[in-house]
Amino acid sequence: MAKIIIPTPLRKFTDNQKDVQVQGETIIEAINDLINEYPQIGNNILNDDGSIRNFVRVFLGDEDIQALKKEATTIREDAVISIIPAIAGGIS
Amino acid sequence: MAEISFSKAELERYSRHLIIPEFNIEGQRKLKAAKVLVVGTGGLGAPLIQYLSAAGVGTIGIVDFDVVDDSNLQRQVLFTTADVGRYKVEVAKERIEAQNPFIKINTYNTRLTSENALEIIKDYDVVADGTDNFPTRYLVNDASVLLDKVNVYASIFRFDGQVSVFNYLHEDGTRGPNYRDLFPSPPPPGLVPSCAEGGVVGVLPGIIGSLQANEVLKVITGIGDPLSGRMFIFDALSFETRTLNLRKDDNNPLNGKNPSQTELIDYEMFCGIGQENGQTANVKEITVKELETWQGQNKDFQLIDVREGYEYDIANLGGELIPLAEVEKEVNKIASDKEVVVHCRSGKRSADAIQLLEQKYGFKNLYNLKGGILAYADEVDQSLAKY
Repeated sequence: MAKIIIPTPLRKFTDNQKDVQVQGETIIEAINDLINEYPQIGNNILNDDGSIRNFVRVFLGDEDIQALKKEATTIREDAVISIIPAIAGGIS
Repeated sequence: MAEISFSKAELERYSRHLIIPEFNIEGQRKLKAAKVLVVGTGGLGAPLIQYLSAAGVGTIGIVDFDVVDDSNLQRQVLFTTADVGRYKVEVAKERIEAQNPFIKINTYNTRLTSENALEIIKDYDVVADGTDNFPTRYLVNDASVLLDKVNVYASIFRFDGQVSVFNYLHEDGTRGPNYRDLFPSPPPPGLVPSCAEGGVVGVLPGIIGSLQANEVLKVITGIGDPLSGRMFIFDALSFETRTLNLRKDDNNPLNGKNPSQTELIDYEMFCGIGQENGQTANVKEITVKELETWQGQNKDFQLIDVREGYEYDIANLGGELIPLAEVEKEVNKIASDKEVVVHCRSGKRSADAIQLLEQKYGFKNLYNLKGGILAYADEVDQSLAKY
């Protein structure tokens, strides 16, 4: 199973888990598996059309999926996927 | 660089730099000749300004409009209790001048805006962004790109830190990625993070701001590999660190394939701020003074607090705690046969709660406490802690 690392601002949607094991052969399948388990996180990662939102980046290992095959990037069983949100400071 | 010279006192002060072979007096000359603008004199600004000053950056500009507040002291270690109420740039200038009398400090006691940003930034070589909100982040980024300045970026939230070097000038003349390559637009207000979910652990800006200062020194001296095209991520809870590779986006409006933006824009509007006011204006309101009167009359009404439990623990008005996210689940607890006052910290979340309850459940008896518990603490009960 692949692992998705959840950043602290989104952990309230994953019962405070810092990473979640997911099934899927591509990035989008893995993300949808995450959303399946934690529906409330969906709006923070994907647009209505299923594309990644403008204020989060998704990385496979150290590489931005935009430099790979985007949402269709295939992943291995031991893949580590990071969701990196835009953060601006502690006040907001 | 040969024209930059040092007095005996400066040579002795900077001697631990001068004896590093890769750094030596050439590096120190570059620092003395450099002009760095630090935007924001808060959690990140404190270590940034102090280390840049100590290292001998010749000219440091600092921009901030704010005064020191009690709630700053948990992390903004440039300030002391006695500084509360004073302008941050004024205090910062005093501290830096005491720390290093051989450098020049320029202060800008103003908010950085689309009107003044280009004028302020143009005289500097490097910008260090230590701000705390999305509109200013995009403003600093865009102004830096438009003026061909390097923008050393750091950002923090709760336990997470990010550091990168944006718009870095590489030897082949190309520029590295900037903030808009990474995040083309900000999250809409009210998604993440909201005021209910803010906060930052006090040591984090010290760690991240120090890394940011180190990148500024590397950019100026040209030693090492600046974090251009990469972003460092730090999770203070798990102590996991990663350095991710960033890429340029062909659609970047500033310097992508078809640039469409040649000047600064209205960043409040870009970040969706201001639009939310229109949404919250049409709920019924009650002032904190009116609430005080109701309480004094022992009037039969219900007071509901839609903040989080950890906020309730800091200060409360004795209302019934139903956090915003639980309002629908707990809708049966909300009275429909008498007046109900709903409050939060400043009035935004309670207005959202009222809109939801009116539109979805048909409530007509709900009043938003204008200004929230903060206004109550200001105008009615000064013993309440503000946060």
